[in-house]
Amino acid sequence: MNHLDKLEAQSVYILREAYREFKNLCMLWSIGKDSTVLLWLARKAFFGHVPIPLVHIDTHYKIPEMITYRDRVALEWNLNMIYGENRAALDGRQTFPDGNTDRLVCCRHLKSEALKRTLSGEWPRYRMDHELKRYVPDDKREPFTGVIVGVRADEEGSRSKERYFSPRDSANSWDVGDQPPEFWNQFKTDFAPGTHVRIHPLLDWTELNIWEYIEREQIPIVSLYFNQGDGTRYRSLGCAPCTNPIESPSRTVREIIEELESGLLTNVAERSGRAQDKEDGGLETLRRDGYM
Amino acid sequence: MNIVIVGHVDHGKSTVIGRLLADTGSLPEGRLEAVRESCLRNSRPFEYAFLLDALKDEQAQGITIDTARCFFKTASRDYIIIDAPGHIEFLKNMISGASRAEAALLVIDANEGIRENSKRHGHMVAMLGVRQVTVLVNKMDLVGYSEEAFEKLKAEYTAYLRQIDVEPVSFIPVSAREGDNIAESSELMPWHDGPTVLGQLDLFTTGRELHEKPFRLPVQDIYKFTSSGDDRRIVAGTIEAGTIRNGEEVLFLPSGKRSHIASIESFNTPRKESVSAGEPTGFTLSTQIYIRPGEIMVRPGDPQPEVGTRFRANIFWVGRVPMSKEKEYKLKLGTARATVRLAEIVNTLDAAELNLSRGKQQLDCRDVGECIFETTRPIAFDLASRNETTGRFVIVDNYEIAGGGIVLENLSGGETLLERHIRERERHWETGSVPTSDRERVNRHRSKFIVITGPPGTGKRALSRELENMLFRNGCSTYYLGMATMEHGIDSDLRVNEKNVEERLRRLGELARIMTDAGMIFITAIDDADDYDIATLKLLNDPHEILVVTVSRNDLQNAEPDLHLEEISDLVEAIEQIADLLTLREIIVDYQI
Repeated sequence: MNHLDKLEAQSVYILREAYREFKNLCMLWSIGKDSTVLLWLARKAFFGHVPIPLVHIDTHYKIPEMITYRDRVALEWNLNMIYGENRAALDGRQTFPDGNTDRLVCCRHLKSEALKRTLSGEWPRYRMDHELKRYVPDDKREPFTGVIVGVRADEEGSRSKERYFSPRDSANSWDVGDQPPEFWNQFKTDFAPGTHVRIHPLLDWTELNIWEYIEREQIPIVSLYFNQGDGTRYRSLGCAPCTNPIESPSRTVREIIEELESGLLTNVAERSGRAQDKEDGGLETLRRDGYM
Repeated sequence: MNIVIVGHVDHGKSTVIGRLLADTGSLPEGRLEAVRESCLRNSRPFEYAFLLDALKDEQAQGITIDTARCFFKTASRDYIIIDAPGHIEFLKNMISGASRAEAALLVIDANEGIRENSKRHGHMVAMLGVRQVTVLVNKMDLVGYSEEAFEKLKAEYTAYLRQIDVEPVSFIPVSAREGDNIAESSELMPWHDGPTVLGQLDLFTTGRELHEKPFRLPVQDIYKFTSSGDDRRIVAGTIEAGTIRNGEEVLFLPSGKRSHIASIESFNTPRKESVSAGEPTGFTLSTQIYIRPGEIMVRPGDPQPEVGTRFRANIFWVGRVPMSKEKEYKLKLGTARATVRLAEIVNTLDAAELNLSRGKQQLDCRDVGECIFETTRPIAFDLASRNETTGRFVIVDNYEIAGGGIVLENLSGGETLLERHIRERERHWETGSVPTSDRERVNRHRSKFIVITGPPGTGKRALSRELENMLFRNGCSTYYLGMATMEHGIDSDLRVNEKNVEERLRRLGELARIMTDAGMIFITAIDDADDYDIATLKLLNDPHEILVVTVSRNDLQNAEPDLHLEEISDLVEAIEQIADLLTLREIIVDYQI
C-alpha cells in the first residue's frame, strides 16, 4: 500500500467507527476540496452510499458557484443535504459586508454561531427534498452528537494537535491541554450526556495528498480551484467578501499538483487568501470558540 | 510513514524535528524568520523547538504538552513526524503519539545522560509494538563531540534495552541545535560512520510481514442500505493481517459461524479477487448468517485466535482514577467491546528501574503492570506475541480511554465471573416455607422458563402470548413477559445509547430464576439470541429448567434448540408442538385446545 492507500484506509476506518458508534451523526460539507474528499471517502466507506446527513452553513455570502455545485452534487449523489444559517444576523445586517462588524465578529455570527445552533437543533434546518429538488424545513431537530469535520493537521499550528475523535463540551469549547488519549486504532467513542464529539478523518492528509487523491479518484471539484483563463484561482474557499484568489496558472488538477510540488507555493500559506485569519488571534481564537 | 520522537523532557525532541524541517526546506519561508523575530522581541534565545510548539500554553511554558504532527517528504517517501511530549504528566499524550508509529527516534541528552523517561519511553515504545528504534544522542556539542562520551552512553542504554528485549536499529550522535548529523554528516564527528537522522528515516522498513500472517478481519459493521435500493448485505472491516480471496470459506469467532465469500465489495475500484492486510474492505457471504460487529473473521484452516473470558495481559494505566477490582470497565479489543473486570494484579513494574513489586491492590495513574482480566462475554483475540494487532486492547473508564494493554496468555477454562456469581447467589438464596413439590402438586405442572428466539418480525411475540393464553386456559400458572415491560421498568435505569446487553440479559435471567422458583411457566421472546445468550440464561435460571424454541433461523452453533420452527404459519399448530414437547418432558400432564 502506498501513502495515499494508507491515508484512505485510516480515514475509512474512522468514518465507519463514527457511523457505528454515534446515533446522531452528521458531516460538515464546506464545498471545499477537503470536505469534498471527505464526502468521497464516505462513499468509499459505505460502498457508494452516504448514510450520514451533510450539513452546510450558508452565510449567504458564499461564492455563487459553490452553492450551484453543492446542490448539483447533492442531487446526483442522493445526499441527505441540510443547510443552516444565522437568519437574525442577516436580517439585522450584523455582518462585515454590511459594514456593521469587523471580519472576526462576522465570522462568529454567520459561521460559528450558525453552526452551533444548527448542530444543536435550536435554529431551523433546511433539507434537500429529492422529489421537489429544493430545500424544505427539516422537522428533525435532535442535536447532532457526532460531527465529522475535514480539518487537516498541516493547515495551521493548533490543528496539528487535534485528535481523530475530539470531545467538545456543551459550550463547544476545546480543552487543548487535556485531550483524551487515542491508543492504536481505538478512539474516544464514549461520551457523557451534554458533550459531543468532533471527528477528524483527514488529520494526517496534507494539501498535496488531497490533490493527489482527487486526481487518482477523479473526484469532481468546484471549478473555482482552477484558473479559468485570468491567471488566478482560489486555493481555499470561503465567503466572497473575505476570500481572494491567488495568482496561479494551474488549470487542471495535475497542474495544481505540479505547482505544489514545485515549491512555488511553500512561501504562501494555504489560507493566505482568507482575510479573517489575519485579525487578532486569528484561527486559534476562532477555533477555541467552536469554529472548524 | 509515521515516526514518533520520544525521550526525557528537555532532551531536545522538538529541536530535532525543527532542525529536520528547516534543513530539508520543509518550512514555509516566513515561519523561520517569524519565530526568530518573535524571540528577538521577547529577548529570549531562538530555538528550533519554537517552530513546533504551536499552541499558546506551550510557548509560555517551553514544553510540548500534546503530540503534534509535522509533515515532510524525502525523495523516497512521505513522512508524518509525531512529536511526543517528554514530560511525565503528559504520558497519555506520548502514548497516543507513539502507538500509531512504525518507528521511533528516542532522544537522549549526551550531557545529562539517561533519565527516568529515557527508560520509561523506551519500555513504552516496545510495549506499544514499535519494533524499529533509533537512539539519537543529542547535544553532542556540550560534550565536545566526544566519541568516548557517546560510546559510554550507547553501552549503558543498550544494556537497558536488552533487558526489555529491544534491539535498537542504530545510535546516532547529533547536535540538533548546531545541525550535526541531522540532514548532513557532521565534520566534527568523523568517527561516526553510520547514517544521519535523515538517512536513517529512509532506512526504516514498512512491515510487509503482516501479509504473511494468518488472516484476521475484525468485523466493524454489517451494512444493508435497503432504503437506497441496495440489497447487498456487506460485512465491513479493515484487514489486520493476512490475505483472503474471493470464494474462500470463512469462520467467525467467537460465534463459530461459517460461510463463503461471495464477493469482495468496494467503491470506484476495479473488481477485486483478493484483499490483504491494511485494506479497508467488505464482503458479501454465500449464506445469510447472523453475525455481530466485534467478531473476528478468520480462515478455518489458519492458526485460530483464542476465544475466552479470562486472560493475562501487560497493561499501562493513565486514568485519573486508579483502576480497581471493584468496578466494571469497558474493554475495546479490535472491533469488539465487552464488559471487563480487573481480577488480579500479578505485579507492577517500575519502568525506570525494572523492579517488579507485588501486592498492589489497584493500578494508579502511570502504573505499568501484569494483570488478569475477565470479560463477562467470550471474546476472540490473539496473543500479542503471535498477532499484535488483534492482541491489544484499551480500557474505558467513565467515557474515557484510561489504559491499554497487550494480551500475554489465554486463561479461560476456570470458573467464570457468572459461575462464581451464581454459586454465591445460590448459597444465599432464601426460600419461603412452601416446598417445590407442594407447588407442583397444587399447580399440576412443573416450572419452566420458555425462551422463544429468532430474527425480528417472525411472529415470536404473538406465539409467546398465545402460548401463555392457552396454557392458562388449561389451568397452568403461567406468565408472559414482554421486552418492552423490561425496558421501561426494571431496565429503565440502563441508558439507551449504551447497549448494556450483558446487564439486560442478567436481569432477565435473575427474574426467570424467581418466576420459575415460584412454580410458573415463564415465557419470553427475544431477538437473535446466540449460544452465549442462551447459555447465560440457562445458567442464571439454574436450578430450574429452560426450554428454547428457535423460529425461522437457528443461530445456535453449539447447543441444539429444544424445538425449531421453520415458520409460524399456524399459531395453533405451533402451540401444539410446544405443548407436546412440554407433555413429553413431563412439565405438564395433558393439554387440550
